[in-house]
Amino acid sequence: MTGAGIDPITLAVLAGRMEQIADEMDATLFRSAFNPIIAEAHDASHGLYHAETGDTLVQGKSGLPIFVGVMSFAVKAVIDKAAETGGPVDGDIWIFNDAHMGGTHLSDMRLVRPYFRDGALFCYLASVGHWHDVGGAVPGNYNPAATDAFQEAFVLPPVRIARAGEMQTDIVDILMRNTRLPQSAMGDLNGQLGALDLGVRRMDELLDAYGGETIRAALAALSDRAEALMRAELSSLPDGRWQAEDFLDNDGITDVALPIRVALEISGDRLVLDFEGTAPRCAGPVNIALPTAVATAYVAIKHIFPALPANAGVMRPIELRIPEGSLLSAEFPAPVGGYTETILRMIDVIFSAAAQAAPERVVANAYGTINALSIAGKRGNGAPWVMFSFYGGGHGGSSEGDGLNHGNAPISTATIPPMEILEAAYPVMFRQWALRGGSAGAGTHRGGLGAVYEIELLEENAEAFLFGERGRFAPRGVAGGGEAALNVFSYEQEDGWHHPPMASKMRGIALRRGQAVRLETPGGGGYGPASARAPEAVARDVAMGYLGEEDATRLYGPGWTAVRS
Amino acid sequence: MTANRSPGRMIGVDVGGTFTDVFVLDEGPGTAHVAKVPTSRPDQAGGFLDGIARQVEDLSTVSVVVHGTTAGTNALLERKGAKVGVITTAGLRDVLEMRRRDRPRTWGLRGDFVPVVPRNLRLEVPERTLADGTIRTPVDLDAVRAAARTLLAEGCSAVVVLFANAYANPQNEAAAVAAVREIWPNPHVSSSAEILPEIREYERFSTTALNAYLQPEVAGYLDRLETALTSGGFSGEFMVVQSNGGVMSVETACRLPVRTALSGPAAGVIAAAYIAQSAGYPDVITGDMGGTSFDVSLISGGQSLLSPQTSIDFGLVVRSPMIEITTIGAGGGSIAWVDKGGLLNIGPQSAGSDPGPVAYGMGNDRPTVTDANVVLGRIDPENPIGGKLDRLDTEAAARAIDAHVGAPLGLGTIAAAEAILRVANSRMAGAIRLVSIERGFDPKRFAFMPFGGGGALHSGAMLADVGIGRAIVPRYPGVTSAMGCVIADMRQDFVQTLNSLVDGLDLGALTGFMQSHVDQGLALLDAARTRFEARDIVFELDMAYVGQTHTVAVPLPVEVAGGRVAPPDRAAIAAAFDATYRATYGRLLATGTRRVMNLRSAVIGRRPKFDLATLAPTASGPAEAARKGTRRVHFAEGWQETAIYDRLALPVGARIDGPAILEQPDTTVLIEPGLTGTVDRFGNTIITRQEG
Repeated sequence: MTGAGIDPITLAVLAGRMEQIADEMDATLFRSAFNPIIAEAHDASHGLYHAETGDTLVQGKSGLPIFVGVMSFAVKAVIDKAAETGGPVDGDIWIFNDAHMGGTHLSDMRLVRPYFRDGALFCYLASVGHWHDVGGAVPGNYNPAATDAFQEAFVLPPVRIARAGEMQTDIVDILMRNTRLPQSAMGDLNGQLGALDLGVRRMDELLDAYGGETIRAALAALSDRAEALMRAELSSLPDGRWQAEDFLDNDGITDVALPIRVALEISGDRLVLDFEGTAPRCAGPVNIALPTAVATAYVAIKHIFPALPANAGVMRPIELRIPEGSLLSAEFPAPVGGYTETILRMIDVIFSAAAQAAPERVVANAYGTINALSIAGKRGNGAPWVMFSFYGGGHGGSSEGDGLNHGNAPISTATIPPMEILEAAYPVMFRQWALRGGSAGAGTHRGGLGAVYEIELLEENAEAFLFGERGRFAPRGVAGGGEAALNVFSYEQEDGWHHPPMASKMRGIALRRGQAVRLETPGGGGYGPASARAPEAVARDVAMGYLGEEDATRLYGPGWTAVRS
Repeated sequence: MTANRSPGRMIGVDVGGTFTDVFVLDEGPGTAHVAKVPTSRPDQAGGFLDGIARQVEDLSTVSVVVHGTTAGTNALLERKGAKVGVITTAGLRDVLEMRRRDRPRTWGLRGDFVPVVPRNLRLEVPERTLADGTIRTPVDLDAVRAAARTLLAEGCSAVVVLFANAYANPQNEAAAVAAVREIWPNPHVSSSAEILPEIREYERFSTTALNAYLQPEVAGYLDRLETALTSGGFSGEFMVVQSNGGVMSVETACRLPVRTALSGPAAGVIAAAYIAQSAGYPDVITGDMGGTSFDVSLISGGQSLLSPQTSIDFGLVVRSPMIEITTIGAGGGSIAWVDKGGLLNIGPQSAGSDPGPVAYGMGNDRPTVTDANVVLGRIDPENPIGGKLDRLDTEAAARAIDAHVGAPLGLGTIAAAEAILRVANSRMAGAIRLVSIERGFDPKRFAFMPFGGGGALHSGAMLADVGIGRAIVPRYPGVTSAMGCVIADMRQDFVQTLNSLVDGLDLGALTGFMQSHVDQGLALLDAARTRFEARDIVFELDMAYVGQTHTVAVPLPVEVAGGRVAPPDRAAIAAAFDATYRATYGRLLATGTRRVMNLRSAVIGRRPKFDLATLAPTASGPAEAARKGTRRVHFAEGWQETAIYDRLALPVGARIDGPAILEQPDTTVLIEPGLTGTVDRFGNTIITRQEG
């Protein structure tokens, strides 16, 4: 493809038109998906991908951030697989969930459809969505004890669910026999097929209106311009090499901290992210596959430069060095179900390194763990119940101001269910749903506050499972800002409160009626030295109970007492 | 029913950011007049009264004044509300500040949130109700009184009581509110179950707190207006448009100001639906183009769609049914710029109406969509809309386009201006397509109705880019919201969370809630001093299968005779759910268990509609009589000598082939080459492709 020769007006119009095709595919699936993870949390994504390389050409705006960048690996996997059988055929639709080929985790079902124009392959359309259940040892597939992929879910390599326009019902039958929730899965599958159908119709209309050559030229030009934009942003940063390291608490199997290290090197308009020194592949599910690592680098960079478009041109000036054998490029069948924790830490170290180069461009670390907590049991009538949710924490301070209290994770845009919905659906009562005073990292602009959730069991017996992080290593500040508080998990037994031996991971906690679990989540790191924070802002934090008086004086000095109201 | 009043004058007043629009309908002779005056600041009452005075000398001849207002929205955006205190359940004082764990923007991780009630004014008391309505801890009324006294001492002028699960059993909350009312020195005491007895604590608490926050500001404003109207001799009914597109009395508006959040825009959509329906097009997508935004709304079968809630600003959630309006940042004042990658962008930054486009000469030097329209001859620089300016500075607009768009892209002035319009049009068309798709409609079967000052310059592009068959330009597109005020029905919405399986549903309790909603709604209609042609009562149940969190709105056909609700039938509820679910998702779940989450009731008083033909042109004779001359206008084909018409002087049936421009005081209608504009019997201009 070449972008030479397209006029700038047509290009600007087409940029919007093609992004819109992906947006409309998103909207089609959100509207028709059965399961709330897609319908409400928008854990899905769609886009257009290069016919030969699988590179992202255009991706929708409303899908989950982490999918921007990971989808091209799914398309590439299909391109390679199709090549074994003579190449793609018009009307074929491929489907798979293998995370080692397509990134993220096995819950994400990927559909890839070659798009043909006048008998020739023009590009690929793809759809990814988080299915409610894909088999494995644990309903919902978040198994903190998994030591390989087979314990996490059934693994589907790229296969054709449609051949030359004919649905392969035997493939559908296999899929539906391997999920605990076939109705939900069927609804999601239909929604994804519908989104791809809409994408094909919209591409037909676009090509009818503009012709293949113009569209090809526009796609190439958009990637070139994204590259130019990325290079311009990098050129505005100083040259140099900056390092950062942080740690995962453990892998849930062995209680050993796992380092994640990055060296960030800027030279002119190029960037290298080198993860040499990161821990090797581990036994538990905090490994990630290589595609996930690449997509995570993109997420971190787009948070630093929010105006960057979602296409492969952005990544051309960026070289990623992911050491072979590390937990950032774990090979099949390594377990990857806890990939969220690892990629949050990758983002943290990239921020910490980039902040040394350009502090005003980078926010301090956010709370850094999704805290997947499930409580499960049986009701009086024997009916089983499972309450599963992720919990929030504070965002980092920035050059513009304090961090956000109780935000969602940087890799997601999902909101938390209302407490009343949880209490109505499950036999629990929240004793606390509150901001956690003292949890923010100090700074000229402090971090946002984390939260305290204390959940009491109202049934006779239940078991609790937690998959979290940041129990031993706190979210960091940037530009001289301070660390936030650690993640603290506690559970109540007859003899009082306990903490898990592995800090933020534990399974099979037996609870009885009236006993509770408590999550105290980290805040965000601080931005800039605490000594430069306005005394009035410290006094206000004390007045609001965001910070205790002693802590205020310890962190910021006694100056605030002179201006307290 | 209230006594019928003799027909008089009905006045609709919409106060927008730039202009205050007045629409006066004289019911007797069936004539209408419009006025447009600058919005006054900071007190919008000045412009409101000035606008009415332009058209009506004697207010005693006026039977109804209906107001579309942004007073509440502005107070929220500017954080100009009351000092409110919160008394809440132990352990939950931060719900208002924690939101639903979201963030302002997907990318960047910047920005924080300041709640309207600071943490030190949110006090906890011992009490707890469980989700099934069981009271686990009775409310400690001594603690409630102590909290109220503390909040008073802190200077709070309003207080809200926000208890967990109060939707399921409001007993603790009611006891606390009663105790507070005994000692609170003013009437500004409310509880979450009084305002919104619906599950979801953040949405309920936020709506209740924002309502209290707005009460003094909105009540004071409406009181000033009503006093001024009354002292001018007005003795009719003064009403306010709600976000749901219905009107309410001033008393209701002062009690529930949060329901005015989208008052003005909602009125515009109501008018658009009525105009389109009258003209024979019940399926229409409206596009309101203002200074900073393009607002899209979809009307299907003559009905506008309602959404359950909106955010006025990040974290300021108001949950009450409201007309669904999607906004993108592509208005006349939206700024065109070229990014570091060399790509042309429009917005989201806007010059708004102050300083406004470069051509206004009020200090902005970055080119806007309006500047492109000026440079291409589509807007007459000698007669700017609204009468605030004498003329527009075409040369300055051209210089700005050259500097910020032409030079970086290597384009001449005209090509750069065309580029700005094409990108802006493409974004507007995209919004129309996306709004349709998200709601499961094909946009091609809809008509497009532009309104607001700038929309009718862009309707041809919507036909071309979306594939829509026709655009309908209303006769007075610049005052559509004011007209909607005159048309809108009186409507009250009610909600009650039930959270029960259909099999276990307490039908007696359900009937009781329905009856209570009907009684309250009819009482409000009875208290109104306006006339109604009919009264309608609509019930819906929010339902889903167990395990699903997203519900579908299931219409519930229930007889209401003589104000009495006939008890609904369990099998009918199940059948109604199946029908709606199948229509939405194409299939049912064989093993699914049906659950009812909420009851929603609407009590509607249908106000008499005026015949739009009263607005029709009275001119007769050839269209050429309305021709004012020609102007050079640039289209894709190049400069063309383009006929200019006085739009309001065109007779019914006139056909104008493009290229042509129809001008009227508040709007410019562009008919592009290849399109034809036809004046229908109501004075609307119907724009279609030329045949052949």
